Amino acid sequence: MDFVLFFLTAAIALAGAIAMLVARNAIHSALFLLLNFGAIAVLFLLLQSPFLFTIQLSIYAGAIMVLFLFVVMLLGAEQVEAAQDKLPWQQPLALVMGAGLLVIAVITAVRGGSNDAPPGGEAAEAFGDPASLGELLFTEYLLPFQITGIILLVAVIGVVVLNQQRTQAQSEETPGERPSSSVQP
Amino acid sequence: MNWLGLLIIIIQSFVIALAVTTAFAYLTLFERRLLARFQNRVGPNRAGPNGFLQPVADAVKLFFKEDIVPSAADKAVYLLAPAIAVIPAIIIWAVIPFGCLNIDWNYQACFAESSSGVNNILQIADINVGVLYLLAITSIGVYGITLAGWASNNKYSMMGGIRSTAQLISYELALGTAVLAVVMTFSTLSTHELVYHQGVLWGIVPQFLAFVIFMIASTAEVVRAPFDLVEAEQELVGGYNTEYGSMKFALFFMTEYIKLIAVSAMAVTFFFGGWRFPGLEMLGAGMEELAGPVVASIAVGLASLGSFLLKLVGFLFLSVWIRASWPRIRYDRLMDLGWKWLLPLGLINLAATAVAFVLIESFVLASFMLLAFSLLSLAIAAGINRVPKPIDNVTYVSDVRSRAETGQ
Repeated sequence: MDFVLFFLTAAIALAGAIAMLVARNAIHSALFLLLNFGAIAVLFLLLQSPFLFTIQLSIYAGAIMVLFLFVVMLLGAEQVEAAQDKLPWQQPLALVMGAGLLVIAVITAVRGGSNDAPPGGEAAEAFGDPASLGELLFTEYLLPFQITGIILLVAVIGVVVLNQQRTQAQSEETPGERPSSSVQP
Repeated sequence: MNWLGLLIIIIQSFVIALAVTTAFAYLTLFERRLLARFQNRVGPNRAGPNGFLQPVADAVKLFFKEDIVPSAADKAVYLLAPAIAVIPAIIIWAVIPFGCLNIDWNYQACFAESSSGVNNILQIADINVGVLYLLAITSIGVYGITLAGWASNNKYSMMGGIRSTAQLISYELALGTAVLAVVMTFSTLSTHELVYHQGVLWGIVPQFLAFVIFMIASTAEVVRAPFDLVEAEQELVGGYNTEYGSMKFALFFMTEYIKLIAVSAMAVTFFFGGWRFPGLEMLGAGMEELAGPVVASIAVGLASLGSFLLKLVGFLFLSVWIRASWPRIRYDRLMDLGWKWLLPLGLINLAATAVAFVLIESFVLASFMLLAFSLLSLAIAAGINRVPKPIDNVTYVSDVRSRAETGQ
């Protein structure tokens, strides 16, 4: 039953990913990506890690995709623009790199053998348990964890700084306006 | 996979889905009658005794309405949106414990810390990340509303959809901090264990501040009054569901009310001891002595289910009461409340919870210290929360005049 479920979910994930690329409407693309995220969340469940399942749902599906949708809707940028592609070398490069990744994945799958034990030995009793995961994050992987936090903080500060600069530029252009109103009617 | 177990789960799911939709139908009646009482009216009392058949009449009406798809709508998304809205509202019930009825006829398993041997038939899934599951499902609940607003191709619907996205993103954080504080207090993510740990003290004592934050944020999450800007009739016609009719509208209506019941159930589970009440264990022991283990576990199951439902109805009443009492909040204040008050308060509460439980050995003492801290910080917050007039988004006539006079 796990086997059937795996292939079903994997097929849905792949179909979602391909449909996301092909869809002409940005909202449809976002929805197909959402389908892909959902299928991957189910794959995490099949791998016995409910914690990653909920995180995948709440972070990717619940936060990131909602922001994507929000921005696309606010900008009204649903339709594909007809303008010339400004990065013509991008598509062939992406194709080559994608093919490379595929080759690596196939090689790994063939060489690894599906019957071998996972590299870390047998999964522990508390595998994927949020408590043990948290403990690892705060002991063994404390440095990477905190560095991630700092990177996110830098991103937040960057947004504030960029926004501040634009507001100042605007207020210099139109001295009569109130300085803190960034949205012009 | 055990086929009998699978069958039991399927039956449980059916029962809960049906129970929840029935609860929705009668919640509408409950709300309309209560609102009428609050406003000194009679309310719907014609269909059946005391208006008891009113929900049935409403359902029949909605079924037979003409189902129109706007020609300019995005067909696929338009049709999909009600389903996307209603699914999270129903699957959220999977981890909520309604009571504890042990099917191995051992009522004591309900009062054991480990949730492995509970075999509780009144809870579909006891997973070790139950609380996170609740948060995850709440966070994907926004899609239905947003997509409905976009797919209708109507400016009012669109405004409703955008408002809902902004509001739900803003209040999700505050909701998360409140729930996280509860998780820290009882140091578990499983809903069964949360209920178990509240045997000593209900969650509202150590986490009073979190309870207040949770109530405000969850009301905003289910876009109920006074946070119902998403469907502000006076401004947006009907908001995101303007272009929907017939059963599709009914699905949105249903989503809203089921979500309300769900967050009330979450509040009961997190802060009011879930299905527990003082003396439940004694009842089990007494029944076992009188009539054996089977009767004892059934008695405990029914009593716990009753206590859960009673608390739930209390919360629903509170919600109707709030709707009848408060006018709709202004948009800038909505954002203000979420980001400048609830989120900082939630973070302070997290820090205080961590410090209190590490510093003070006794759980009860630490709980009461936290209660005192919560009351103090709420009093301070209420004292300094004097929101001035909006500066940026309103142009006053006096401003224009003074600008004209000074020649700017």
